[in-house]
Amino acid sequence: MVTNLQERPAQHAATQIKAEVRNLNFYYGEFKSLKSVSMSLEERKVTALIGPSGCGKSTLLRCFNRMHDLYPGNRYEGEINLKPDDVNILSKDVDPIEVRMRIGMVFQKPNPFPKSIYENVAYGLRVRGVKSRARIDEQVEQALRDAALWEEAKNRLDDLAFNLSGGQQQRLCIARALAADPEIVLFDEPTSALDPIATASIEELISSLKKKVTILIVTHNMQQAARVSDYTAYMYLGELIEFGETDAIFVKPKRKETEDYITGRFG
Amino acid sequence: MATSEHTSKQFEADLEGIRSHVLQMGGLVEAQLGAAIDGLASGADEPISRVIDNERRVNGNEKEIDDAIVHVVARRQPAASDLRLIMGVSKIVTDLERIGDEAEKIARMARQIYGRGALSIPRSIDVRQTGEKASMMLRRVLDAMARLDTAEAERIIAEDKLIDTEFRAIVRQLITFMMEDPRTISTALDIMWAAKAIERIGDHAKNIAEQVIYIANGTDVRHGGSASETEKDAP
Repeated sequence: MVTNLQERPAQHAATQIKAEVRNLNFYYGEFKSLKSVSMSLEERKVTALIGPSGCGKSTLLRCFNRMHDLYPGNRYEGEINLKPDDVNILSKDVDPIEVRMRIGMVFQKPNPFPKSIYENVAYGLRVRGVKSRARIDEQVEQALRDAALWEEAKNRLDDLAFNLSGGQQQRLCIARALAADPEIVLFDEPTSALDPIATASIEELISSLKKKVTILIVTHNMQQAARVSDYTAYMYLGELIEFGETDAIFVKPKRKETEDYITGRFG
Repeated sequence: MATSEHTSKQFEADLEGIRSHVLQMGGLVEAQLGAAIDGLASGADEPISRVIDNERRVNGNEKEIDDAIVHVVARRQPAASDLRLIMGVSKIVTDLERIGDEAEKIARMARQIYGRGALSIPRSIDVRQTGEKASMMLRRVLDAMARLDTAEAERIIAEDKLIDTEFRAIVRQLITFMMEDPRTISTALDIMWAAKAIERIGDHAKNIAEQVIYIANGTDVRHGGSASETEKDAP
């Protein structure tokens, strides 16, 4: 059953956990890439994962939608429990497709399908089994509005998605993710291929989306983490070194490793 | 302060430049205060003129450091200990500049007091002693800043009360003089202004000590408060 993002009722009081990572280990074959990571995502907040290349932040992000299942030899240990129903999304009994319905993802480079703008967004709805044309029209518009793309795209919905600018394509990918009405949206360095203005509009969008969905974002740009997130997790060599309120992490981190990374003393 | 260096050598150099410039300004202000107290105690013209002439240099330092801070913020977006250093230093510079102003005030009062000729009250009574205390406080807080010594900063904060107490004693003494002989009123008032300036210097030294603690560990101890309690941990 698809519901409008805007219509989703506030189910819980002020602070609620949306997902809980417990003792998560992850192996690429023999290589242990995540070491006993435990953290929680607060509902309708933005949580940022930062750390140097190879620290495991993208690996952690990808666990959230079972992306690693696509390659043989990858192995999860531990749990990611999705609330409120407490489903361990890493469990073999849980269908990864089911997980991806609930947890959407936006990638580093915009990756629209070679279809029209409209079809790109409608795709997720069709996957969900929505058949009514009127219903799809309505939801496509809503998703494009939520992704701040409607005004720019409403008169060219049948244009090929590739005709949009990079920033617009990225917002289209966000609209496509939103159309499936996810509970969590994952962003994997969503602005690293964009110019500063397009970056600012994506960041603005992230801030407005958190009214509706829980967001987990991986970014190389520390200032971006400082700008958009409510909570920040610093990872290094597969371990979660420090996790706390973004304000605290950027003013008064507790761990020296975090301090060194944030202030550019790393290396 | 973190011991390791920034990956960016230029950033490291910029921060170090600001840090040493502030200490240099502190040294200048300390010399100004010393000369002003000397002038107040002895009436000698040389230190008094020096303080008045050098006041422009103190102001110039304030502008230069503020400018360097704006540039670092614009270019580097400092975070964590770097951010605290920049914010703390920008406040310390204001306090140092005001101490410079107070030193100049003391020098001008000294010139006025000694320009009046014969007097029936001791020109410097306890003011010199209190002034030296404030001067010592300033020297120690600059030291504490250079070493980010929070224990010393805490002691300095506590000592400000001593200067306040001495100021009140000086006021009582001056009131006695004025009541006994109204001809002393002009001079007594000048001495009072100088004493007030010294008392303010103690306050500024205390403010600097509070910033030293903030820079070192992020705790805001101003207005008798402990660290903000709004801090929240991870969900």
